[in-house]
Amino acid sequence: MQKLLAWIDDRFPLTKVWEEHLAKYYAPKNFNFWYYFGSLALLMLVMQIVTGIFLTMHYKPDTGLAFASVEYIMRDVDWGWLLRYMHSVGASFFFIVVYMHMFRALLYGSHRQPRELIWLIGMVIFVALMAEAFMGYLLPWGNMSYWGAQVIISLFDAIPLVGPTLSEWIRGDFVVSDATLNRFFAFHVIAVPLILAALVFVHIVALHKVGSNNPDGVEIKKKKGPDGIPLDGIPFHPYYTVKDIVGVAAFLMLFSAVIFFAPELGGWFLEPDNFTPANILQTPPEIVPLWYFTPFYSILRANTFAFFGVEAKLWGVIFMGLSIVFFFFLPWLDRSPVKSIRYRGWMYKTALAIFVVAFFVLGYLGTQPASGVKVVIAQLCTVLYFAFFVLMPWYTRIDKTKPVPERVTSK
Amino acid sequence: MKKLLILFVFAVLPAGAFASSEHGAKLDPVNIDLNDKASLQRGARIFVNYCLSCHSASYMRYNRMGHDLGISDELVKENLLFAADKVGDLMKAVMPKEDAKLWFGVAPPDLSLIARARKPAWVYTYLRSFYRDPESHSGWNNIVFPHVAMPHVLYEWQGDQRAVFKKDAHGVEEFAGFNLERPGSMSAKEYDAAMRDLTNFLVYLGEPAKLVRYQLGVYVLIFLAVFLIFAYLLKKEYWKDVH
Repeated sequence: MQKLLAWIDDRFPLTKVWEEHLAKYYAPKNFNFWYYFGSLALLMLVMQIVTGIFLTMHYKPDTGLAFASVEYIMRDVDWGWLLRYMHSVGASFFFIVVYMHMFRALLYGSHRQPRELIWLIGMVIFVALMAEAFMGYLLPWGNMSYWGAQVIISLFDAIPLVGPTLSEWIRGDFVVSDATLNRFFAFHVIAVPLILAALVFVHIVALHKVGSNNPDGVEIKKKKGPDGIPLDGIPFHPYYTVKDIVGVAAFLMLFSAVIFFAPELGGWFLEPDNFTPANILQTPPEIVPLWYFTPFYSILRANTFAFFGVEAKLWGVIFMGLSIVFFFFLPWLDRSPVKSIRYRGWMYKTALAIFVVAFFVLGYLGTQPASGVKVVIAQLCTVLYFAFFVLMPWYTRIDKTKPVPERVTSK
Repeated sequence: MKKLLILFVFAVLPAGAFASSEHGAKLDPVNIDLNDKASLQRGARIFVNYCLSCHSASYMRYNRMGHDLGISDELVKENLLFAADKVGDLMKAVMPKEDAKLWFGVAPPDLSLIARARKPAWVYTYLRSFYRDPESHSGWNNIVFPHVAMPHVLYEWQGDQRAVFKKDAHGVEEFAGFNLERPGSMSAKEYDAAMRDLTNFLVYLGEPAKLVRYQLGVYVLIFLAVFLIFAYLLKKEYWKDVH
């Protein structure tokens, strides 16, 4: 065995990789609940890829066959229903996990110097994930699949000059059609997953270069023992591998509870209108994206004013774009001398709380018809949403902070 | 951590927000019980004898249904195969789509997933809410689905009922109830029971996996709970020396 390992190590840095990334990767010992979501996101990526491979074996990307092939999977393929639910519920859980993972960064300043690049890569992963989910949602060819794609692609029409040509180019047709379904299938099963896998790899490599942040926002590499090992660091393996297994087990219980007992989750994970095949002549009463897009969808619909000579719809598209673009700039918008929320003052805490509430309210409103007072609330929340980012350089600078300890604290 | 998880579930997943009905017609609750095999079998008989004449359930196979409901292939062949030759066939409609379109204006929709696209309560109420309407093409109308193209197929069971409308304070006509003008072969109670069986069957038809997934889910959760205990103990053992 030793000989075999030596033989491999002469030809491939197996032991080196193992030590650098697991056995001798020193992670802070004070990770809390919020630090489960990185490994869970990886779990979800693997789960979506594996279930996706098996679904692809039975699914037919053809407007005449797609809907029936999904029902074929649900009825005639052995364990097909389980694969399909794991995949559809998995998409929602992937987003829950990723949102928690991102929120963790906002709590403990994980995006701050020297981890800006990890954050940027992560944001590209998030955008790729949204593209992946959006295109995957067209594949069952239900009526909401169809109309959702129709509405979102037509957003590109709002772009001056090139808009209509661009949206036609995306669809490969004048309306969402067989050409669209086929290319979305290609993107969903190979192009985007490939990008995602590569980006996740780079995300982890970048993380292991600088080392993990922690709930105290203290750089553990600053205090090293005589052996060169951070005093507050413990090897990722076995400590965090065994800890993450606990997280995985608890997570899988929640995940299974939804899969087996409420795979539609009352319309939140699978919409009733998607149990009707796509129908070009029949628009669903309300075209609603799935919950993970609704905060952004709300922002898209919120603006009802034309100003600076630009029509309201285009502003909506711009605002929706900005609502995601702002996230990229977070490491530079945040001017606080401390990273972790534990040592920040009331201003950042209040701002973050307002942001989270605005995000949830926007998310809820995105599932509702936009009318009357709901439009006003959506507008208010959109303003609050952007205020969090735009005002950040000021309130984080003047915010009173507490002294940060030299070493990490335990509980 | 547990508290956080629970908080999270309630914050993120307010299920049931989608449950409210769209058109305002009051929907009657229906007792769905997929363990009631007899009810599912009665529902299947009604479905195949009446609904399948015009509607299809073309994602479903006869023998799959037979297997799930405890009906042997022979019995399926003798009693339920009107529109197909083999027990492994999909449940197509007897009536060709083109003819249906010519006669009703629209092709009757496939019913495989109707109980998922609509809600069971909607289906149950719809089936009991047909009334005579001389102004409509078919001579029938429906409170839950106004101006529906479908005539009341089961009127011989339910009888002829007329809808009574009352003007409310603003002079808007409001549905006040049904008036049974000519009783059918069933009493109201018998008809409701038959429609409950049919709705029950349609819920099964929408998702046959429902028959197994709850039970399987319990086993999976028990396994994961046990696994969680051991995973936690393992973690505790490893972390003993971390302070």
